[in-house]
Amino acid sequence: MKNTIKLGLSVLSVLSALMFAQHALANAAVHLDKAPIDASNHESLQRGARTFVNNCLNCHSANYMRYNRLLAIGLTEKQIKDNLLFAGEKVGDTMKVAINPEEAKKWFGVAPPDLSVEVRARGADWVYSYMRAFYRDETSTTGWGNCVFDPVSCKVSMPHVLYQLQGEQIMNHETHQLELSKPGKLAPAEYDALVGDLTNFLAFMAEPAKQQRNHLGWIVLLFLAVLLVLAYKLKKAYWKDIH
Amino acid sequence: MTNKTNADKKSVVANALGQGLEWVDARFPLSSNIKAHLTEYYAPKNFNFWYFFGSLSLLVLVLQILTGIFLTMHYKPDAMLAFASVEYIMRDVPWGWLIRYMHSTGASMFFVVVYLHMFRGIIYGSYRNPRELIWLFGVGIFLCLMGEAFFGYLLPWGQMSYWGAQVIVNLFSAIPFVGPDVSEWLRGDYLVSDATLNRFFAFHVIALPFVLVGLVAAHIIALHEVGSNNPDGIEIKKLKDKKTGIPLDGIPFHPYYTVKDIVGVVVFLMVFSTIIFFAPEMGGYFLEANNFVPANPLVTPAHIAPVWYFTPYYSILRAVPPFPGVGFLGIPPSLFPGVAAMGLSVLIFALLPWLDKSPVKSIRYRGRLYKQWLAAFVVSFIVLGYLGTEPSNVWGQFGPWLGNAERATVAARIFMLVYFAFFILMPWYSKKDKTLAVPERVTG
Repeated sequence: MKNTIKLGLSVLSVLSALMFAQHALANAAVHLDKAPIDASNHESLQRGARTFVNNCLNCHSANYMRYNRLLAIGLTEKQIKDNLLFAGEKVGDTMKVAINPEEAKKWFGVAPPDLSVEVRARGADWVYSYMRAFYRDETSTTGWGNCVFDPVSCKVSMPHVLYQLQGEQIMNHETHQLELSKPGKLAPAEYDALVGDLTNFLAFMAEPAKQQRNHLGWIVLLFLAVLLVLAYKLKKAYWKDIH
Repeated sequence: MTNKTNADKKSVVANALGQGLEWVDARFPLSSNIKAHLTEYYAPKNFNFWYFFGSLSLLVLVLQILTGIFLTMHYKPDAMLAFASVEYIMRDVPWGWLIRYMHSTGASMFFVVVYLHMFRGIIYGSYRNPRELIWLFGVGIFLCLMGEAFFGYLLPWGQMSYWGAQVIVNLFSAIPFVGPDVSEWLRGDYLVSDATLNRFFAFHVIALPFVLVGLVAAHIIALHEVGSNNPDGIEIKKLKDKKTGIPLDGIPFHPYYTVKDIVGVVVFLMVFSTIIFFAPEMGGYFLEANNFVPANPLVTPAHIAPVWYFTPYYSILRAVPPFPGVGFLGIPPSLFPGVAAMGLSVLIFALLPWLDKSPVKSIRYRGRLYKQWLAAFVVSFIVLGYLGTEPSNVWGQFGPWLGNAERATVAARIFMLVYFAFFILMPWYSKKDKTLAVPERVTG
């Protein structure tokens, strides 16, 4: 009995180690910076929402995200209406864009993807690194390169929308490091913080139920722990005559 | 005085219930079935940890059906709407995220408990005479489950759904002569498309669940006909109480194993809830990152891997070299050998009752030889499973002395041989094995 349990546990532990092993993704070659994700930081999420609506939501939709989901990050309905709705949308609408995908494809070579679940597809660290990795590349069609997007060619279809804030970086081809050649409106640390807030918001948007999920999890586990004690005592009581 | 009236009331209720039961029993074998399958079904008293996974499999089946019903109420089996409808469930349907995570986690946990249940059957020889049919129904359930998982995985209509289905359905076209027609028939189109999604939905929610539930019923009826095996691999029916005819080592399933299984259920639910509430993607093993990108027939993902529960067989598929073809006879090259090996690696479980020639059933009384083979099999299964999740160049290449062969492919070939040898050589090593004497009565 003891041996079989031991055997079972060791098989289980090997299996779980395999499950948690780092999954090698296609972009494993690039170093990704850790995104400062904090779902409980409502101010950061609100700043991120503003950056997203003002800058991203012109070309990229978030078709599964409703504006009134922002109530969950501490905004009031009035704040949403006054600050984030520009084109007669209702608060219950999803974050759509007016851009025509066919035309967008002509302009950029690819239609800008919907960003509702982008963080779940690529990971928050990827988004955080990507938005900070644009550099001037005169050989590309948009004038920008990005080695996080494509580590091999460093080509990217999206131009650097936030370049006025970040300034312009160039690639030092000897060190393979990015260097700021023309400062923007924000200091580098401020820009990183802005992208951090934006990534935090995109992570929230990718799964708005996540906080509720984590919170509920503890309650469920607590309930089950109590139930386990009762179930175990019930079993002991019934089995006391069985030898 | 009050006590008396209470007692009177109780007996009135009991009488009414008793009469109701009589009325039903005269028309339907309710009491006799409860006796036959629960209160007078005598199970060996020495069930251990491994015996939780049968009832847990049944629990997960029920959970999958219930959560599936609610998902079906909101899901749209339409290539234009499917991906969005899943996100709608995750966001706008009240508790939709919980139901969806229960279903997606349930799919993986189904395989976890079924693999452990099968392993139990293997270590204690539960497939041996007279339980061959239970085992065969079980293999049928396993095949059905694989079908369920495969068809269901297309429904979220993400990139992995799409390309996984594309790869697997294409495998069928490698079957000689009928292959291309079979894969076209499965897809309902020349490539995976809206038509495919619709028919996979039909298979997933109607066809296979019916077969699955039917097979589970047959599995349990067959079990209750011959009685359960136990960790000692002894037939408890051989020694019965002379007066009552009850096996000496048997105890009624209800209440003893119902209360015991509740403990197992609660522990399982704790594991299940931990995954659902804190790690529903399980690091990409239960929900793959690429499946959050909508299906795109024009963009092939760099690395297509099936979900973890299929990866041992997928590894075997990749490990077998293709048939090179015979040019002057006009026989074209073919991937059929790999496909055949993969199919065989699953179906070979069905032969176990006839491959095992050991005089004992349980691992407790087997010798070293068998245990070594079993350990080699478990290691092979796990390593093949791991390799199946990774690209075949994950461990780099050997030098020119081995033709620059991929290390992982060579490893997969070796472990595949061990996997098959466990079965094919079993008649030899199970007979040659030095077994111990089996006791009369069950031990702790």
